Formats: sequence, structure tokens, C-alpha cells
Amino acid sequence: MSDERNFVGRKFVLGGIAVVVIIIYLIRLFTLQLMSDDYKKNADSNAFLKEIQYPSRGLIMDRQGRLMVYNESSYNIMVVMNEQHGIDTLDFCETMGMTKDEYIQRMLEIKARPNYSRFTPQLFKSQIPAEEFSVLREKLFRFNGFSIEKRSVRHYTTSLGAHVLGDVGEVNDKDIEEDDYYQSGDYIGKLGVERSYEKQLRGEKGMRIMLRDVHGRIKGHYQDGKYDKAPVPGQDITLSIDMDLQALAEKLLEGKLGAIVAIEPATGEVLCMASSPTYDPRQMVGRDRGKNHRLLSQDPMKPLLNRAIMGTYPPGSTFKITQALLGLQEGIITPDISFPCSHGFNFRGLHLGCHGHASPINLVPAIGTSCNAYFCWNLYRMFSNRSKFASVQDAMTCWKDHLVAMGFGYKLGIDLPGERRGMIPNAKYYDDHYNKSWNALTVISISIGQGEVTATPLQIANLAATVANRGHYYIPHVVHSIKGGQLDSVYLTPRRTNVDRRWYDYAVAGMRRAVLSGTCRAANIPGIEVCGKTGTAQNRGHDHSAFMGFAPMNDPKIAVVAYIENGGFGAVYGVPIGALIMEQYLNGKLSPESEKKLETLRNKHITYGDYVR
Amino acid sequence: MLDKDNRYPISRADWVVILIYVLLLAFGWFSICGASHEIGDTDFFSWDTRTGKQLVWIGLSFCLGFVLLMTDDRYFENLADLLYWVMMIILLITPFIAKDIKGSKSWISLGSVSLQPAEFAKCITALALAKLINHYGFSLDNMRNFFRAAALVLLPMVLIVMQRETGSALVFLAFFFMFYREGMPGSFLFTATAAVAYFVIGIRFSGDIVPYTHTAVGEFVVLILIWLFTAGMTAVYCPRTNHARFLFLWGGVATLVAYLVSCFVVPFDVAWVQVAVCIGMAAYMTWQALGERLGKYALIAFFTLGSTAFLYTADYTLNNVLEPHQQTRVRVLLGMEENISGAGYNVNQSKIAIGSGGLEGKGFLNGTQTKLKYVPEQDTDFIFCTVGEEEGFIGSAAVLLLFLTLILRLIYLSERQVTKFGRVFGYSVLSIIFFHVLINVGMVMGLMPVIGIPLPFFSYGGSSLWGFTLLLFIFLRIDAASKAKVRTR
Repeated sequence: MSDERNFVGRKFVLGGIAVVVIIIYLIRLFTLQLMSDDYKKNADSNAFLKEIQYPSRGLIMDRQGRLMVYNESSYNIMVVMNEQHGIDTLDFCETMGMTKDEYIQRMLEIKARPNYSRFTPQLFKSQIPAEEFSVLREKLFRFNGFSIEKRSVRHYTTSLGAHVLGDVGEVNDKDIEEDDYYQSGDYIGKLGVERSYEKQLRGEKGMRIMLRDVHGRIKGHYQDGKYDKAPVPGQDITLSIDMDLQALAEKLLEGKLGAIVAIEPATGEVLCMASSPTYDPRQMVGRDRGKNHRLLSQDPMKPLLNRAIMGTYPPGSTFKITQALLGLQEGIITPDISFPCSHGFNFRGLHLGCHGHASPINLVPAIGTSCNAYFCWNLYRMFSNRSKFASVQDAMTCWKDHLVAMGFGYKLGIDLPGERRGMIPNAKYYDDHYNKSWNALTVISISIGQGEVTATPLQIANLAATVANRGHYYIPHVVHSIKGGQLDSVYLTPRRTNVDRRWYDYAVAGMRRAVLSGTCRAANIPGIEVCGKTGTAQNRGHDHSAFMGFAPMNDPKIAVVAYIENGGFGAVYGVPIGALIMEQYLNGKLSPESEKKLETLRNKHITYGDYVR
Repeated sequence: MLDKDNRYPISRADWVVILIYVLLLAFGWFSICGASHEIGDTDFFSWDTRTGKQLVWIGLSFCLGFVLLMTDDRYFENLADLLYWVMMIILLITPFIAKDIKGSKSWISLGSVSLQPAEFAKCITALALAKLINHYGFSLDNMRNFFRAAALVLLPMVLIVMQRETGSALVFLAFFFMFYREGMPGSFLFTATAAVAYFVIGIRFSGDIVPYTHTAVGEFVVLILIWLFTAGMTAVYCPRTNHARFLFLWGGVATLVAYLVSCFVVPFDVAWVQVAVCIGMAAYMTWQALGERLGKYALIAFFTLGSTAFLYTADYTLNNVLEPHQQTRVRVLLGMEENISGAGYNVNQSKIAIGSGGLEGKGFLNGTQTKLKYVPEQDTDFIFCTVGEEEGFIGSAAVLLLFLTLILRLIYLSERQVTKFGRVFGYSVLSIIFFHVLINVGMVMGLMPVIGIPLPFFSYGGSSLWGFTLLLFIFLRIDAASKAKVRTR
């Protein structure tokens, strides 16, 4: 027993070791459980299979409630790479109708995706048609890791309105980066209303959280579905577009390049918007979308370009209305003042031609006959008026401000993507261009809508609507209403120009005069007081033919612009096309003579040899 | 043949230990519920479920405990040798009559239940050891006696390894804790610890280079450790000489000079100088041993040389002696390899399970890692994951503290035994429990290699539960008798 005492102290060593070990383990527990979130996330990603439930995309109707775009089922083939092994690749390729090389290529593509994960379903092939799907479904159990996802695909009732409706396609990397709502393989509106109203149309994806065991088997809902979210269907959209009017507009544009835009002046709603050449939106659906899109984008006629909002053209004589209005407002002219026109504007060696008409001439007939000289005098007097403006630059700034207030020079803000702003030059532009030595005569052509001035057909249509409203406009928009939602308030707020209402009456009178006895007599529709203004815009090729008008004069229901590239005089294409549009909309049908006119116009094709634009 | 004082041993049983035992069993059973629970299945009491069976094992354990407390304590000592040899025979024949379960041949099936004799061998070996060490004049300081005791431990270890149950065999190493208490030279324990440190540091940091030299960090650090340990041992065992100071000073100066030369003159492998220092120290101590005729000096020299040799063979051992899957386990454990899908999968998933529990846990039956079978062996070896996941830090810390309390309480009880037999057995019990907790909990938290041994009182299984119950209640019975003797004295 004597040596025993020597070792009694060792109980403290052993007890100490136990205490130290347990303390180390407690520290380890602490770091594992309380220091980091990663383990929790890892456990969740292990156990939770988040099944996304796709909402149905909102329908699109025309202003009469007629269906334009709806959904149909299609099937996507998904693959989970982690589970996909040991399948009979040959059998699979045969079923899918692809070669083994294509299969390998596809797999490599999937792995190269930015958000790729081998644990989550990846899109293998999208939009399988129903018959192909039924073959695959029978064999699916043999192909581990492959699954079917039911999706819907857009269908169009007609070929109309491709540029307005736009289309839907798979999201690209940029879309995913910008909005984390999207995941690889999701669809997003690419063009037109589909894009600008994407948020309303798409709805909200739902999610079911399923519990998945280590073998990937589903063991039920997490917490009995307490955290599941049902999908919210997209909102249906009613367009302001009238399908009948749209159909007529597209017919009229056949064989020509150009655009037709009609606006309801009282609301700013776009009644039709056609751009030619157009394409069938039904081409842009399903698996051929990529191929067709490529073909369209390579076409030199640029069918994908919505000329109504993306084409910037010299407005030509239609622009004279703005000049009259700002001249009156600034006191440069009065309705009674007359200017001489001897086949044009002749001043200090400068000649700008005009066609033959009585001279001197005052405002209303000048609009009616589209006298160039009158508006050159107007601009010259304004830009040379040193008692009112300290410099030509000041005068130019005043001029520009008026036009901007009328909706030129900047995007109007229509609810479609890709709108262009056109061009209204300012003083700085000419200062830079002419090294500050310029005067009214240098820039005189802007007074007749030529030179540096360009505008989109939409901006010209908006001018017509503004005149119809005698001085105010609503930002043009193609959506009439959103089911269960509200239109952006910018489309419901009127914008006034800087020109008094009383001056607009003279513009209206001038435009009425043009129809009654001036340049656009062909726009006259029996029983309707039509106002109009032709435009013949010079450019590098043959002149562009334009018309803007509205009707009826005292209770305007429609303002329209027709702009035909290289169509020659405004009266050749612009006027009859505009007239038919107004007649169709106001009367709900065309008279027999008009039907004949329609057939003639439809068959009149313009040859675009070396296409420049 | 109960005498008066021994008549009601149950009233003298240590209620603290019994309370902890019951608490651990209850906690363990609820953990098994969480681990083996299938979604939608709520019947925990059916014989068809693991929880139902475990409940029966627990009930039988209580009966076993009661019976043990009512048994005359003298039987344990008297029957120890006989039981030991019977057990060895059973262990010997087990691999021949056992079914192969996952490569292990350690289960003897008796009707619908299977028993694992290895689980009971621990208890019987503990009894045999206690009886051996209890002999008058027996001392572990004596090499002959030490080897006799060690042989009693090694025999069942070898037999169990033959059943391919390496984990259970390793548990017998726990007896060395008890040996330490009973007088095994502390240098044994120290040497073992030092070997582990050399191995871990040497292998783990063999890839990094000490700045401005050509020496691996692992090698550098281990050689410095050898120098410090040698000087330290000299200071402890020869306190009244200047040898320690001499070794400490010159070893340090030589290493420092070598390092500075490498930094500022020409970079070279400093380890050459360090090895030279170690050999020099060994030579010096050998010289002293020959001069002063002191065996201790020779042992220190042996330690120094042995350590150096071990360092340079550790790498070889890892790459050539260990099996490939064991090599991977070691590398994964040392953090040298990330192998989430292979060898590291189990530990990774178990860390995820524990880590996802947070402070309060996900709640009873709400653990996803365990319920959805991401953690392997989740109701046996990896049961602690369920505690971590469902009961969080609070629950798992409570379990660890319960175990700590149990171990400290058993140390206290062992120390108050009047007989050496009782004390040795008590230390055996607590050493085995401690070893199980050390390895098992360390394993699920990624601190220890994956060695498949159960967590006492938690892991599913009758054999292991009864094995621990036997250990604990035999000791409680001996303790009760010891208390009675103290009282009568």
C-alpha cells in the first residue's frame, strides 16, 4: 500500500484530461453550430427539393376583348446531372431523334451554364410537341435523372401585330443577372408588350418544398406544405389596338416599307401600329424560334424593326404645323400676315423651291397648300429677330423647347421597348457644326421638316393627336387596361404644349383647308370632317410619302399617320392610306369605293432596289 | 449468504450515477426516435421498430442492473478468472459461427436477436485485470507485472481484430488510462502522446516550407519538439544536474544559428542541423549513462533517437503500411484532402447535421439530415448527429456535460474504494466510457478518425447497452459493498 500514495495525484491528471477533452468538444460544437450558417444551408439544400410551379402567362386581348395571344401546353425535358448515369444513351438519342454527338454537345453546353448545378434539374430540351412527348413518356422510367416539366407556350390567334405583341423566349444570362426571379430555362418577354409588361404578364412562380431523402426519393411536403407558395397567374392585358384596324393597316402596307400609327386623341391610346415588312408572330414560338429569329434579323429589309417607333424619318411638310404654332405663340406671325412666294423662298441668293399657288399667302392657305416659302419666312423672322432674342442661339433654344414640349426630340415613352428619340437640333449642335457662324438661312430647311430634323411616325401621330386635342396630348400607349392592375399614371396625365389653345384653332383650320382644297383632297371622306396634312420628305433616294390627319374635326376620334418610305408625294400613298384607316375606324367598315381603293393600294408595290435604310 | 450490512446493497448504490444513467438512456431513446423515425410513422412502441426494440433493451437493462445490485459482490472477484477464459474461448470461436454483417464476423445470432460478445469482453477483461492487479505486491512499475497485465488486455484485442471489429478492439486501449492510475510509468503515456503529435504535425505540414530555408514546416517543428522534450525529460528525471540546461542551451543555439545562416547567408535544409542536434543530445545522454551508471539517461537517449526515427518513418508508415482506405481517412481527417463524396462523405454529412442544429436545434423529429438518411449509421455510431441536429447546442452540450459528470463522479467513487480490486475496476469502467465518448463524439464532429464504436447509452443496440450496464452496475455493487465496509469499520 506504500507505493499507492505516489499515484493518488494521477486522478487529477485523468480527471483533467476528461475535462479538457470535453471543453475542446464543446468549443467544436460551438463553432459548428453557432459560428456559421453554412451547415444549415447545406442541410437545407440536401433535404429540400424546391419544385417550382409555373404560373400561366397573362392573355392578351385587343380593344374589343378579342383574344390575340393565349397559352398552350408544351413539355420541357430536364436533366439532373448528378442522377444521370448508366442510361442507355443510344436508346435515349433514338427516342429524342438526335445523334450521339448532339447529345454529348448538349451535355457540355448544359455544364457550361453560369448557374449550373449538378443537383438541380437543368433544361435539356425545350418545348417538345405533344406527339414526341408521348413516345418519350413511355420510356422515361429508363432514363435516370431525366424528367418532364410541363410548361406553356404562347400561341397567337392571328398573324397580326407582331411588332406590338412581341414574343417570349428563354432568358439569357443578362436577364438572370438583372432579376433573380429568373432561372435558367425560364421564359421572358423579348419584344413588344411581352417585354414591357413582362412583370404583369408573367405572374409569380409558386414553389413547393418537398423533402428528399439521400436517394433522391420524395418523402412528402416540408412542414405539411406550410411554406409552399401557390403560383399567381399572370394578369390579362387588353390592348388599345383594334384588330380590324390593325389588319387593314398591315394590308395597306403590303409590298411597301413604312409604318402606320393611329391614336385616339382623347386618351393617347394607340389604335393600330403597323410596320412593314412584318412577320408572323407564330414563327417566333417553340423550338424554331432561334432559327427564325436569326433569319429575320439577317433580312436586309429589317422586318424586326418596328418602324413606327424605331424608324426616324424627316417629317417633311407635316412638321410645318409645329412651325405655324410656335410662330403664332412667339408673335412672329399673325394669322393675317402674308408672305410672298414666287415658286419658293428667294432671299439673299438662297432659293428653296415651292409649287405654284397664289402669292402672297397667309397662314391658313399656306398650310392648305403646304407653302414652303411661308414657313421659311416664319423661321427667318424668328431667328433674325434681335429685339426678341439676343442671339440666333437664343431663338434656336426657344424653337427647340417648343418642339420638345410637343413631343419631338426625345422618346415619348410609349409602353413598348426600343423607341427612338428622333432628332431636334439645338443651338449647340449648330455651334459645333458651323463653328458658331450660322444664321437663320443656314438652317432654313428645318422649317419645313427637312435637314437635321427627324422624327418617328409615332411622334408625328402624336402631333396630329395634339392638334386634334387643341394643345395637349397623352403619352401614346398600346395597353388599354390590365386585369386586376392599373395602367401607369404617366399614361393618364395630359401634357400641355407651350402653345395657347387659340393658336391650335388656326392649325386645325389649315389642316381642314388642306383636305377641302389643298394638298390632301383625297383624304376627304363623305360625311366626316377630316383634317390632314401631307408630307413629302426628301432624302437620299426617292421622296418619302407621308400623311398625318385626324377626324372628325370637332370631335376627334382618331389621329393617324401613314409614312411610306420612298413613296413619292404625300398624296400618292400617305393620303389614301390615312383616309382608309380613318374611314374604317369611324364607320366600322369601308365603302365599296374604298374597298376598291384598298385593293389598288394593296397591289401597288414599291421596288426597293439598293435598300439603304 | 448476505450478511447484515450487505443485505440491502441497493440502498447504498450511488444514486448520482443511477440518475445520470437513466437520464442518458432517456435522452438516447429519444435520439433513436429522431434517427430511425420514418415520416408519417408515429408508432414508437412497436416491436417492429428500432425504437420499440430499444425500449425492450432498456427495460431488460434495468432488470439486469437490479439483479447485479442484489448479487453478492464477492462473486465478481471469485469468478473473474473463469469468466475471462470462458470469454476468450467465445471470442475465439465467434468468427467461425458468426454471420457476416458488413464484413464483420462478430455477431452471434440467438433466434431473433444477435449478440456481440466483444461488448461483454470489455467488462470481463476489466474484472480479470482488477483481480490481477489486486494481488498483494503486484505493481505496474515492475516490468514483469506490467507485461502480465498488458497481455490480459492484448489477448481479447487480438481475438476481436480477428472478427474484423477493429473499432471494438481499439477500445481495450482505454485500460492504459487505468494502468496509468495504477502506477504505469507516466513516460508511457507521454511517449504515446508525443508519437501522435509527431505523426499529426509531421504529416499535416509536410508540404509547407519554413520561410528562407529548404525545410518542411512539419519536420522543423517536430525536431524542435524532440529537442524540447529531451531537455524537458532530462529536467524532470535528473533535477539536480546541469544536463537539462546544457541540452536546452546548445540545442537551441545550434538550431538558431542554422536558421540564421539559412536566412542571411545561403538557404539550406535546416533539418540536417536539427537531426545532428538530436543525435548529439542522444550521444551526450548515452555518454552520461555510461559514466554515471543511470538507466534513466539511457532511456532519455532512447526516447530522443526513437522520436527522430519515428518522424522519418511516419511518412513511410502512412504510405506503405496503412491500407489505402485508411490512408485516405487519415488524410481527410488531417484536412489534407477534401473528399466529400468518398471517405469524407459520412463525416461531412454528420458535420452538416450537427452544424445545422444551431442553438436550440430543429426540434424533436424535425431533423432533416437524419430523418432523410443523409447521415449513415445514424442510430448507432452517428447517433450524436441527431442530438446535435434536433436538440442543438443546448442539447448536445448537456449530453457532453452529463458524460463529464459521470466520468468525474466515477473517478470520485473509484478513489473511495477500500479495495484495489474495486478501484481498478472503477477506473476501467470510467476509462472505457471516456474512450467511447472521446472517439465517438470526436468522430462525428470530424476531430477523430472514423472508428465505428457506439456512444454509450445512446447508440441503438442491446449488446452495447448491456455491456455498459454490466460495467456500471457491477461497479455500483462493489461500491455499495465498499461503503458498507467503511461503515462497519
